[in-house]
Amino acid sequence: MHYVVLGAGPAGVVAAETLRTADRAGTITLVGGEPEPPYSRMAIPYFLTGKIPAEGTHLRKAPGYYDTLGIGFRQGTAEGLDTDAKRIAFADGSHLHYDRLLIATGARPVRPPIAGLERKAVHHCWTLEDARNIVTLAEPGSHVVLMGAGFIGCIVLEALAMRGVNLTVVEMGDRMVPRMMNPTAGTMIRKWCETKGVRVLTSTRIKSLQSVAAEKSRGIFGFLRRKEAPRDSDTIDVELDTGEMLAAHLVVVCAGVKPNTDFLEGSGIRTDGGILVDRYMRTSANDVYAAGDVARGYDFSTKGHDVHAIQPTASEHGRIAALNMAGHNVQYNGSLQMNVLDTLGLISSSFGLWDGVEGGEAVEVVDHDAYRYLCLQFKDDVLVGGTAIGMTQHIGCLRGLIQAGTRLGPWKERLRRDPMRIMDAYVAHSQMA
Amino acid sequence: MQRSLNIDPGKCTGCRQCEMACSYENEKVFNPSKSRIRVFTFDAEARFVPYTCTQCAEAWCMRACPVDAIRINLGTGAKEIHNDVCVGCKVCTIACPFGTVNYNADTGKVMKCDLCEGDPACAKACPTAAITYVDANWTGLDKMRMWAAKTDSAMTAN
Repeated sequence: MHYVVLGAGPAGVVAAETLRTADRAGTITLVGGEPEPPYSRMAIPYFLTGKIPAEGTHLRKAPGYYDTLGIGFRQGTAEGLDTDAKRIAFADGSHLHYDRLLIATGARPVRPPIAGLERKAVHHCWTLEDARNIVTLAEPGSHVVLMGAGFIGCIVLEALAMRGVNLTVVEMGDRMVPRMMNPTAGTMIRKWCETKGVRVLTSTRIKSLQSVAAEKSRGIFGFLRRKEAPRDSDTIDVELDTGEMLAAHLVVVCAGVKPNTDFLEGSGIRTDGGILVDRYMRTSANDVYAAGDVARGYDFSTKGHDVHAIQPTASEHGRIAALNMAGHNVQYNGSLQMNVLDTLGLISSSFGLWDGVEGGEAVEVVDHDAYRYLCLQFKDDVLVGGTAIGMTQHIGCLRGLIQAGTRLGPWKERLRRDPMRIMDAYVAHSQMA
Repeated sequence: MQRSLNIDPGKCTGCRQCEMACSYENEKVFNPSKSRIRVFTFDAEARFVPYTCTQCAEAWCMRACPVDAIRINLGTGAKEIHNDVCVGCKVCTIACPFGTVNYNADTGKVMKCDLCEGDPACAKACPTAAITYVDANWTGLDKMRMWAAKTDSAMTAN
């Protein structure tokens, strides 16, 4: 049996490991799309700040790890898939036959249709290669413009600010992290970032990127459109829809990601904003499975299917797909939306249906001065979602309560009076019941 | 034979010596907020409940770690944070459905119970044997295990 795992991120690596445990004799080939050992994108910000070397991002650290497990690792970018012949075509012209295939090709950054985005000194922050480019340009004091303050943008924001650059963030939405944080929380994060010296522009779009050399031809009016004079090192002028011009040495684009499914065109595998999989991680084609950020897996909180682009979900997907590929019969119970973010020391997290449900009830406690916030979303007496800022103790209990569907009974009323007792409610139900 | 922390809330008097012992053993300070075991107080019921990681088989924290910083100690079975590898991303703190992995802003790393390499300071400090370190098959763990099973929703074997 030849198992091929396309994609060497967390989902692919966990799948390859699980396949090895579940089938000692099978042949396993793990294919990475980048000229790097399998690594974690999540660790890139810590590479940017110098907290870890590039090797610190590697998913597994032991030398010869994949060889020892009998996992063949090769590099290749898939260009086509023939599910009848069970053959993958790669960009270098080579082919690979599989008996069972896992597609764990993840996602790639979106490049919005903005003039000038192809310029030098404009980078995504997605691969280790991107990070190396950013490191050379993000010198202390240099002007850096970050496009997008979504989850990834905010993680990059922290890393850039810690490098001591002069940072401006431009976000189209009306608040920071709009898909993870409600208005109260998103606004609180913004205020915090501003007190830390980051300029945050929300409800603002970048119109174009131009050469800063054009400055001289704009005369006095060009000067009036600036809040800050360009530095000699600045090469790009960022034009905002407010009319303002921002000179920059580096522009980092974090405008969202999309799943890597282009190579599936013509394969017959059904996609819709991600590969459609059932609860056994099977795609619409025989012997082809999908996992991680490329897959629309089961979401137990909505009972629908969605892409949950986070490490824990990728790892669970990979494990369950691999068990099924190896002939076990295990159903995925589903993931829930959740995330945790550190913006310059302010820690925020959200879980499940943090925006609430119809007919549900929200309770919240907010302390603007202390930058603390907790919002709990209920359906009847069951927690279905939550948002927290400034809380780092026992925060996983929100996941536990949502996932177990715990009926809180009299604790619902206690939490209505004091949401901060959420961990008490959890302990009471798990240890005293 | 692997052993586990067995917690009997009925015997806990709320003295919090376990928190002090844990904090001192692991962080070299007497600070309950740095303890990996926490005593919860329920005034209305006049009850105290010590609570920490059960070293669950699911190992949600370990599986969620992007940099392989959480590993199993083969001697004790504990899932241990390797501080030299941890980048402080905090994903394990939201992945653990038991709420037993916490972020320590002072170190920029996460922390959880590691069973003190097989000699847990909390159990030694407990004057009433509410916390004991016993054979892992001890039936007193059933309640925690049952809860763990209820929360274990990654998959269902058919």
